[in-house]
Amino acid sequence: MTEIFGVPAQVLYGQLLLGLVNGSFYALLSLGLSVIFGLLNIVNFAHGTMYMVGAFLAYVLLSPLGLNYWWALALVPVLAAGIGIFIERTVLKRIYGLDNIYGLLVTFALTMIIEGVVRVYFGVSGLRYPVPQALTGMLDLGFMRLPIYRVWVIVAALGLCLLTWAIIERTRLGATLRAGTENPKLVQAFGVNVPMLVTLVFGWGVGLAAFAGVLAAPLMQLTPQIGHSIIITVFGVVVIGGMGSILGSILTGLALGLLEGVAKVYYPEASSTVIFVVMILVLLVRPHGLFGKQ
Amino acid sequence: MSETVLSLKNVNGWYGESHVLHGVDLDVSRGEVVSLIGRNGAGRTTILRAIMGLLERREGRIELKGRDVSSAAPHRLARAGLGYCPEERGIFSTLTCEENLLLPPVTRAGSGMIVPLSEIYEMFPNLAERARSPGTRLSGGEQQMLAIARILRTGADILLLDEISEGLAPVIVQTLARVIRELKSRGFTIVMVEQNFRFAAPLADRFFIIEHGRVIDVVQQSDLAQRMDEIRRFLGV
Ligand SMILES: Nc1ncnc2c1ncn2[C@@H]1O[C@H](COP(=O)(O)OP(=O)(O)OP(=O)(O)O)[C@@H](O)[C@H]1O
Ligand SMILES: [Mg+2]
Repeated sequence: MTEIFGVPAQVLYGQLLLGLVNGSFYALLSLGLSVIFGLLNIVNFAHGTMYMVGAFLAYVLLSPLGLNYWWALALVPVLAAGIGIFIERTVLKRIYGLDNIYGLLVTFALTMIIEGVVRVYFGVSGLRYPVPQALTGMLDLGFMRLPIYRVWVIVAALGLCLLTWAIIERTRLGATLRAGTENPKLVQAFGVNVPMLVTLVFGWGVGLAAFAGVLAAPLMQLTPQIGHSIIITVFGVVVIGGMGSILGSILTGLALGLLEGVAKVYYPEASSTVIFVVMILVLLVRPHGLFGKQ
Repeated sequence: MSETVLSLKNVNGWYGESHVLHGVDLDVSRGEVVSLIGRNGAGRTTILRAIMGLLERREGRIELKGRDVSSAAPHRLARAGLGYCPEERGIFSTLTCEENLLLPPVTRAGSGMIVPLSEIYEMFPNLAERARSPGTRLSGGEQQMLAIARILRTGADILLLDEISEGLAPVIVQTLARVIRELKSRGFTIVMVEQNFRFAAPLADRFFIIEHGRVIDVVQQSDLAQRMDEIRRFLGV
């Protein structure tokens, strides 16, 4: 059997695939986080919670309502965006213009409340969501066998990331959004309904997080804490990539997922901390992140 | 005199705690070019910001084409026909020149007033050449042209122009003077704030003299020659 630096190639490939899957989630989540920060200037701690809510909504659609995975993929982001828009209109709009710390505190409180509610109804023991029938099984590449569902996750997540990137960088709406990130008051003085734009962007960001939650549901035990643990890592990704850079978020998310995978193979003890070590190193050299602007 | 399209009655404005506008009264008729002149810090920029709804705290009444817009959001004012060219120009660095130009949505406010893109590019050939460049890579003069051009294709029929001649080479200032004349002949109503009195003097129909956040005098173009010395002394030029 081939070995790479003393590790069986199959094991390394397996972990790299896993890293790529995690990286895709990081990319989707950090993208939403960074777009929301850009326009609303809010560090949204509740972003991971919406990922968790996405996974649980998929679960609820399946068992009591009998709507399968594909329905969940289409409906959950819309439902979650609706929840997000409600929160933005009722809570967040009151803290615009205040210091960033208020946004962080308010969204932290929202996280606690939403997690608490989910815990009351579903407990903490961990629920299972089945892999959809059409995506079970393995893909044989000759040198390795890939679980089809994981490949699908990577393709779907990156596809959505690229779609978001293309909208922001290549369309009129995206140009308005970029301008709004620079100077929202002036953009509004040009006739753009900026408050509405802000609401829609928040909804879109939350929708991305919930979409990630549905994609992740068949891959893990669903507990109310899943959002909590991933958001810390995603904050690391955003800090490393640099707030506000779309492509930066995507690339950094993927790269750090891969790095975690490699760490799991060669030095498993470091796999959960390696991102934060990189974060410190990057902050020392480039305080605005790899792709961020001053 | 034709219809009043913009009027301010006893407008007061604040930046935080500091009271900057102290009861501004002014009115502008359709198709008129007026200039707000005064010394630095007199409050002219603040008057434009007050009209655009950009001050956090403002009192008094503002009417646009006969409608009370005192509590309207900025985007509604833009859609009702106000086009704003800010003192700092407000060119977006993450947008190309053309994206900056196309940013303000087209409104139905004064549909006869829309200057089509092709004519804008004729008026400002530099902008066509630099269409793909990032907005803030343009020269100061080009950025100023972009800031003006940007509000011409939206259907805005009342233009608020803040210090458009500031810091520009004489040739470019001449170009801008031509542009203002052209816009006036097309029927635009223009409120321009100018530090450069020589630039504004031949262009405006009326001059509002601003001091300490209020209008202290209004001078007609026909009286200008006779009051020139007085005004120059007041402005300290
Ligand atoms: N953002 C601000 N915060 C606090 N005070 C301000 C602010 N902007 C302007 N001021 C104050 O308001 C007053 C009027 O300023 P404004 O910018 O309207 O003057 P101006 O007539 O446009 O002068 P300038 O020639 O400097 O452009 C000045 O005393 C200025 O110090
Ligand atoms: Mg000024």
